[in-house]
Amino acid sequence: MNEQHYFLLKVLLAILVVLVIAYKLTAPPKGSRPEKLSTTEPRWVRWLLVGVALTFILLFLVLPLAAVFTEALRKGLQAYWEGLNEPDAWAAIKLTLLTAVIAVPLNLVFGVAAAWCIAKYEFKGKAFLTTLIDLPFSISPVVAGLMYVLVFGAHGWLGPWLAEHDIKIIFAVPGIVLATVFVTFPFIARELIPLMQAQGNDEEQAAIVLGASGWQTFWHVTLPNIKWGLLYGVILCNARAMGEFGAVSVVSGHIRGQTNTIPLHVEILYNEYQSVAAFAAASLLALLALVTLLIKTVAEWKHEQQIKAAANLPPERPTPLKAS
Amino acid sequence: MASASPASPSRLSATAAVRRGRGAKRVLPGFGLTLGYTLFYLSIIVLIPLSALIFKTFELSWPQFWEAVSSPRVVASYKLTFGTSFIAACVNLVFGLLIAWVLVRYKFPGKKIVDALVDLPFALPTAVAGISLTALLAGNGWVGQYLEPLGIQLAFNPNGIVIALIFIGLPFVVRTVQPVLEDSEKELEEAATSLGASRWQIFYKVILPSILPALMTGFAMAFARAVGEYGSVIFIAGNMPMVSEITPLIIIGKLEQYDYAGATAVAVVMLVISFVLLLVINALQAWQRRHTGAPA
Repeated sequence: MNEQHYFLLKVLLAILVVLVIAYKLTAPPKGSRPEKLSTTEPRWVRWLLVGVALTFILLFLVLPLAAVFTEALRKGLQAYWEGLNEPDAWAAIKLTLLTAVIAVPLNLVFGVAAAWCIAKYEFKGKAFLTTLIDLPFSISPVVAGLMYVLVFGAHGWLGPWLAEHDIKIIFAVPGIVLATVFVTFPFIARELIPLMQAQGNDEEQAAIVLGASGWQTFWHVTLPNIKWGLLYGVILCNARAMGEFGAVSVVSGHIRGQTNTIPLHVEILYNEYQSVAAFAAASLLALLALVTLLIKTVAEWKHEQQIKAAANLPPERPTPLKAS
Repeated sequence: MASASPASPSRLSATAAVRRGRGAKRVLPGFGLTLGYTLFYLSIIVLIPLSALIFKTFELSWPQFWEAVSSPRVVASYKLTFGTSFIAACVNLVFGLLIAWVLVRYKFPGKKIVDALVDLPFALPTAVAGISLTALLAGNGWVGQYLEPLGIQLAFNPNGIVIALIFIGLPFVVRTVQPVLEDSEKELEEAATSLGASRWQIFYKVILPSILPALMTGFAMAFARAVGEYGSVIFIAGNMPMVSEITPLIIIGKLEQYDYAGATAVAVVMLVISFVLLLVINALQAWQRRHTGAPA
């Protein structure tokens, strides 16, 4: 029995204890009527299903996350800090931040504009436009990177012209930004479209009728309604922008200290068997992911509060449902 | 409409479709501006690069193209990519449904945390997932050390690819099925019970048909994502030609040898497959809309 055996044993025991406590806590108080069976399963089935689901999540989601931090801290805080505190790592962090600072606002403006025109109007080709926005979800990031190499690379369409004017896009920062923009542009639009569709046009139309300008309507009517969805879209877009690997890997050229983002830096360190340093850099991205999930949970909760508050308003004159 | 639960930002797609299309046309300003900007942006970011890829393919003659996309090593990579993606999507189908079911129907401690964690693969960079899964499953890892004596090797072979793809695809199934399950009507199940159906019959004949479109959409999305996945797979795959080399890696390999034409040819094959999958997903979503829209 070594340390890791004990660790595994402890984890299993903890799960068991949690399950037993949960089972006891949720048991119906004595003397209460038996549970209604019409729309749920017997208690043992429920707990079996919950147990299997939790085990799956533990194995496939929690364990990998825990492994990042454990591996990063394997040789103590000192080694962790040394892994991060070197010029190449700082350069990678700076480049990653720069990329996100450019890519996320670009996609924010695009996302809002695309969501506005898709959610608020009916027009021909809307389904096609929506499909186009979904494209990066199904195109391999490697193929996406290759597309930009074929446009801006030395042998690409604009390659000779760019070389003449001494502009570097591929194997330089602009290429990294472009690839990142491509991979992450659907996130904000995708988050906003269903939200804005669900809210309909009534409030905006009322504002326009009362004399508000288009911008005023957007700032004072639409934006407050979509702000939590927008926040999550932005934060998810940001996480993906900072973590993009495949597309950026194709266009970056892997020049140390110059065109390496954090994920590429992680790859190089990992391939050089600098495990602690690789996981230290990876732990930054894992922290970013955790913060993203936290903000998402808060945004969802706030959004629900918003809907509940709206539902508690005194009813207005009932409006007949229009068949359109 | 009143029965719809207060949906979270990311779960609105199912109910939103029903309510679409109300209101007068073009009363709101900004149609020209937003549509114009959207098309302009998409042209620069998507359409021009995409056409570059397609035009580059036309530089190849048909035999050259065929040779590039059908060499044994490339064909082996297709088989591997699709086989592993399919297995991973099937696993996600089962466990994604289970997790969505448990999150919607049951109460248990830590439910909020589990609900939030499901999105982890969306938020965690793929390269990080790749190295951490490798660290777990390698012969000296937390999990690998117990499996190796049993003769089970999960890293550096196709098994590892499947595991990485399960990680990547899980949220797609959960997040498409969850809102549909939340909106499903309990009255139907009560009616079925009162007519003498067993719980299993109800699941099979009442619940499953109502969530099937969403389930298939989630499956197709997880599969499409898995086919294109690169970052998490290359660390765990071992990348042996003919055995554990995925198609995106073939493209990278060709690029590193400056074989742009060959890389483009393989990329076009992947692109066509992406488009087909996208069409399938769209058709499934239309099916889902009809399904949820029909009973008022």
